Amino acid sequence: MSKRLLILLAVLLLAVMAVAACGGAKTEAPAPTEAPKAEQPAATEAPKAEAPKEKEVVIGFTASQTGKYNVSSTRQTTGLQMWMDDVNKAGGVKLADGTVVKFKAVSYDDESNKDRVQELYTKLATDDKADFLISPYSSGLTAAAAVIAEQYGIPMITTGAASDKTYKQGYTVVYQAYTPASRYLTGAIDLLMNLDPNAKKVAFVYENSKFATGVNEAAKAYAEDKGLDVVLFEGYDPDTKDFNAIINKIEAAGPDAILGGGHFQDGSTFARQLYEKGTDVKFISLLVAPPEPTFAELGDAAVGVTGPSQWEPAAKYTPDSAKAAGLEWFGPTGDSFTKAYQAANNGEDPSYHVAGGYAAGLILQKAIETAGSVDKDAVMKALDATDMMIFFGHIKFDTSADAHGLQVGHDMILIQWQKDGDKLVKQVVWPEAGATAKPIYPIH
Amino acid sequence: MGDVLFTSAIDGLLIGVIYGLAAMGLTLIFGVMDVINLAHGPLIALGMFGVYLLFTLLGLNPFLAVAIVALLGLILGVIIYFIAVNRVIDAPPLSSLLSTFSVNMIIIGIGTAMLSTSSYNVDYSMGTMNLGFFKAPGARIAASLVALLTTALLYIFLYRTRPGKYIRAVANNRVSAELMGIPSTRILALAFGIGVMLAMVAGGLIATILPINILAGGSYELKSFVIVVLGGLGNPLGALIGGLILGLIEGIVPAFMKTTWVPVIEYVLFVLILLVRPQGILGAKE
Repeated sequence: MSKRLLILLAVLLLAVMAVAACGGAKTEAPAPTEAPKAEQPAATEAPKAEAPKEKEVVIGFTASQTGKYNVSSTRQTTGLQMWMDDVNKAGGVKLADGTVVKFKAVSYDDESNKDRVQELYTKLATDDKADFLISPYSSGLTAAAAVIAEQYGIPMITTGAASDKTYKQGYTVVYQAYTPASRYLTGAIDLLMNLDPNAKKVAFVYENSKFATGVNEAAKAYAEDKGLDVVLFEGYDPDTKDFNAIINKIEAAGPDAILGGGHFQDGSTFARQLYEKGTDVKFISLLVAPPEPTFAELGDAAVGVTGPSQWEPAAKYTPDSAKAAGLEWFGPTGDSFTKAYQAANNGEDPSYHVAGGYAAGLILQKAIETAGSVDKDAVMKALDATDMMIFFGHIKFDTSADAHGLQVGHDMILIQWQKDGDKLVKQVVWPEAGATAKPIYPIH
Repeated sequence: MGDVLFTSAIDGLLIGVIYGLAAMGLTLIFGVMDVINLAHGPLIALGMFGVYLLFTLLGLNPFLAVAIVALLGLILGVIIYFIAVNRVIDAPPLSSLLSTFSVNMIIIGIGTAMLSTSSYNVDYSMGTMNLGFFKAPGARIAASLVALLTTALLYIFLYRTRPGKYIRAVANNRVSAELMGIPSTRILALAFGIGVMLAMVAGGLIATILPINILAGGSYELKSFVIVVLGGLGNPLGALIGGLILGLIEGIVPAFMKTTWVPVIEYVLFVLILLVRPQGILGAKE
């Protein structure tokens, strides 16, 4: 009796797991929807005495309107759309021959799915005749889109995609706006060494995902290079809810600093449990979770925790700092970008995804202006030569054959949650030039 | 090294008691009526959200909320019994597996629609208890003590009270029990209710210390199955011991190797027990 039951049970358990697995990958019937087109002011413009020749340039991209990247991808698209509206409203971009370029977005829902991305970018390249491409959100989807961009030779600015790998495949038309993953945590190490020359021991505890593992391996190499002693280097399961066992291990290793994390859920749980356990550590820097505004819900457990971010509204990249760095400034200031976004979104602060979307557009716009043409080769030549500062930070691309398009100018900002009276506030503590407050150190 | 081992072992035992409590709910129902309750995981999740909602919406102390959730669990269990289990109790085992699995899908479906699958936290802290040689969050210790207390109460109930004795009698031999005048259907309903109550209390206690989501019960359900097999099918004391063993593995293994090895070791143990001692450490119910 019980033997039969056990066998049945085993079969059912497997079935449950299979159902659960399928549930996660469920995709809806594809229904490519044309994204809300930029409101084209062109149609309402009164004809002028001597109307300049106008040219419509098609920017193709996919957005994850459904699936797991929905939230971040939607923000990125909002940013890109903001840029497009701004340029078109300002009269477009004037080319060397006097033609005025206006931009038009063509986009589809990629369902957060790689296969869809490849189908849709092919469609963008062939049916829609996209002149330029912007990447989807996430490294995985972008890697899929990059193959197609390269195949059709259409320049693509990538944003929301930090993985280094895509730029080491010998591609020639792909340009990265984000700081690559390999440099996500190096700023934290620089800050630590700057704050405390005696800090020697570092523990890396990170999510076992492609992204977090890549970041942490690169950071570990950097830390060892700088003479730090890596006392613990351990991954945890993405579903981990109980970090107690790992925290015991950390306490046994007695590090000065804990670096790592992965995504929001695991990172915030890890920070909370470190605090509840009363772990004695001087410095914590975790990926992804700390820059999110909801991280503040941890209350006291959030105080002192630092995290790298591609961009923050508080970041102080201005025409002045560009001048100080000897760089050309381009586009709106961070303040005006933030205010414009807030005005359109009930006062909500723009996240770095929004800024990344806007920055991708700016990078392309600047290259077209510099080239004075929309010829793909001329624009790519201009992209190769880009070395400027925008509100998003310094932008410069690797032009060597083995890492073409890799972002080498932009740096991560390091934020830290600090207490201002009873309120938790997010302060920029690194790089020093952009800092809004002195870092708290040690945190406990 | 000795220090880590000691701390890890105590930490493991603390969480192990709660695993054991959850598994007891599963094993009690199986022991009494030969029904494997496949809604166990979602019921654990319901317990979690019961505590979360009482805490967040009414501001109740989470441990008081656990007591209320226990009562709700008992009532819910009796209702589920009459709706989904009573009519299939004498049918072949597949029927009750399917019917409890349906309950599972219903709870998950409603829960996902109402709460989504995102994570929630019961934002409650009892500070850190520091004994010098050992420190742990206060809530974690309190949750373990409540689990231990619940186990003790269950034993007093089963061995010292009349309804408890009825439950054991029905588990032993339903026909004879009925001949002795025990209303077996009502007793089965009570036993199912208690099983569900234990699952929900365990869920509620987990919610006081770890983040929760509507699917989180699944991993505890799997652990419960391992524990039940480890301790012996239908044996509540075996479930407690099985829970402690599982907790110890989770606590101690990471001190020696990467944490990713923990499930490997747990499930290898599961298979080994099935192969070598299928009746479990303490033996299946008599």
